[in-house]
Amino acid sequence: MIPEFSATAARPPKAWWWGVIALIALAMVMLPYYVDIALQLDLSIIFVFALLALSMGFLWGYAGILSFGQTIFFGLGGYAYAVLALNTGMTGLPFLGALLIPVAFSALLGYFMIYGRISDIYLSVTTLVVTLIFEKSIRSTSGPEYVIGSVRLNGQNGIPGVPGLTLPWLDGAPLSIEGVFYLTAGAMLLVYVALRLLLTTRFGRVIVGIRENERRMELLGYDTRLYKLGAFVLAGGIAALSGVLYALWGNFVAPEMFNLNQAAQVVIWVIVGGRSTLIGPIFGTGIVQYTSNWLGTVGVGQVTLVLGIVLMVFVLVFPRGLLPTIGDAFGYVRRRVAGRGAAR
Amino acid sequence: MIATTLYLIIYSISLLMLVSLGLAIIFGMMKVINLAHGEFMMLGAYACVLCVNAGAPLWLAFAAAALAVGLFGIVVERLIIRFLYGRIVDTLLATWGLSLFLVGLVTTVFGPQAWSISARFGNVSFGGMNFSAYTFVLIAISIGMVVVTWLIARLTTVGLIVRGTMQDATVASGLGVNRNLVYMGTFGYGAALAGLAGAVLVPITGASPSLGLFFVAKAFINVIIGGHLPLIGTIAASSLFGTIDGFVSYVWSSVVGEVSVLIVAVILLRLLPLGITGRLRSGL
Repeated sequence: MIPEFSATAARPPKAWWWGVIALIALAMVMLPYYVDIALQLDLSIIFVFALLALSMGFLWGYAGILSFGQTIFFGLGGYAYAVLALNTGMTGLPFLGALLIPVAFSALLGYFMIYGRISDIYLSVTTLVVTLIFEKSIRSTSGPEYVIGSVRLNGQNGIPGVPGLTLPWLDGAPLSIEGVFYLTAGAMLLVYVALRLLLTTRFGRVIVGIRENERRMELLGYDTRLYKLGAFVLAGGIAALSGVLYALWGNFVAPEMFNLNQAAQVVIWVIVGGRSTLIGPIFGTGIVQYTSNWLGTVGVGQVTLVLGIVLMVFVLVFPRGLLPTIGDAFGYVRRRVAGRGAAR
Repeated sequence: MIATTLYLIIYSISLLMLVSLGLAIIFGMMKVINLAHGEFMMLGAYACVLCVNAGAPLWLAFAAAALAVGLFGIVVERLIIRFLYGRIVDTLLATWGLSLFLVGLVTTVFGPQAWSISARFGNVSFGGMNFSAYTFVLIAISIGMVVVTWLIARLTTVGLIVRGTMQDATVASGLGVNRNLVYMGTFGYGAALAGLAGAVLVPITGASPSLGLFFVAKAFINVIIGGHLPLIGTIAASSLFGTIDGFVSYVWSSVVGEVSVLIVAVILLRLLPLGITGRLRSGL
């Protein structure tokens, strides 16, 4: 990876950062009192996707592992939750189980790829192929013989009627729309803060070091493959969380969760926002989702056509993404102003 | 039964070689993984359908599809790829963008439904089973593609220059080879093979915007496991995976076949991280 595009090891956050986080959290708590349900639903799904983008952005920007297949764990999380919840009638344990299954799978897949020391580009393509195969396999399960427990997989049509999360203190009623909003907003904020803090720890510094120079870290005595696998599994877990929340949001899972467009969208969110920050992927998800919804409503036939152009333009013109580019522009202006002041 | 299995295996191997040779050549030569490979095939398929519908014979439509997609590939190389040499990941992302763009464009222009042509081929029967005669055409074309590529690389001056550039681009350009021209031509040739593959698939699958998607997964696995030598890698990986795919598809179903190919591929990556030809220094 070209060093100038990469994020640097993070310092512990300053007091103002905690202040901003607290303000955002407060705003999230207040929001459902002021905006209508449609907007809450739209925002919830953006938070779910932002989590997925965070998982990829963290892995790509900080660990230097470009996984195109975060949708593997996203889809697997959603399907695992649907199958477990419909089979058991419970929702809390399936929630945990649906996180564990993709995490275990990411450990297995990551082991073969990372311990095989395959090059970055092979890893990207392999993850992409795995998600394609998942989609194809799920699509082929439309017959009645494909059942897990008492749940039919339904192939193309997906599994409808996935139960919402019930909480013991809510008398067994599934989460309301506001509840889902709080859950998704809270999950996104927590994961963001946790990743930000993780980057200041020894683990975070080591993975950034590996991204910069894996051989050097190895000579310093770190088991780089273990660290990389750790980052891969962590990102898999975040993507799985996103998938479970997606199933809770729509009460529905479908093979589209694994498909190439979904995988491409994750890449686009991250690259548009900027992969050298954690806030970039969140920002990118918001702006791309908002724009594609808007394009859908104004009747631009093929949104993928526009997304394809966006991806090409960003790779060719703004490879660092929006936020770092804007940051650079500010820095440039500030230096110019400061330079002029010093000259006087 | 043995005949059927054997036939399925040979068919799978040929299909794999057909859909992955263009990708393998572009990857082996230029270290560019063209994620729009499937869409290049799709364009070839549409070019073929349009030609046949305009009254051209099928073989001419194949040639036209290869030529059209080859030219398109050269345009893509000039407009996108050449800015990204040495930035492998960015070429991957840009060609992915191109792939989305092409799917969107073709869906807008031709609609989401499949277009097919009314070409009739008889059936051949042996061993008590009926086989479509066209599959033998496909097998022949697939083998022909490999042989022609080998002949070009081995016996012609162009092939010599291309192989030299592939081994050491700096030395080649020091000897007066125009590296840009070689890359442009190679990308065009790889694209033309993709276009031809798409056209050859038309009598079987028709042409639809999602045509590329059906085959890219197999093609990518094949190229990654094949390694950096396009011809040997493609033949070796196709033979391995074609055998597995053909056999498993015969016993279970084609999806199980694909899944088992993937599992074998992932395990192979642990053992041979650079692919089957990773250890070989030179060759094709």
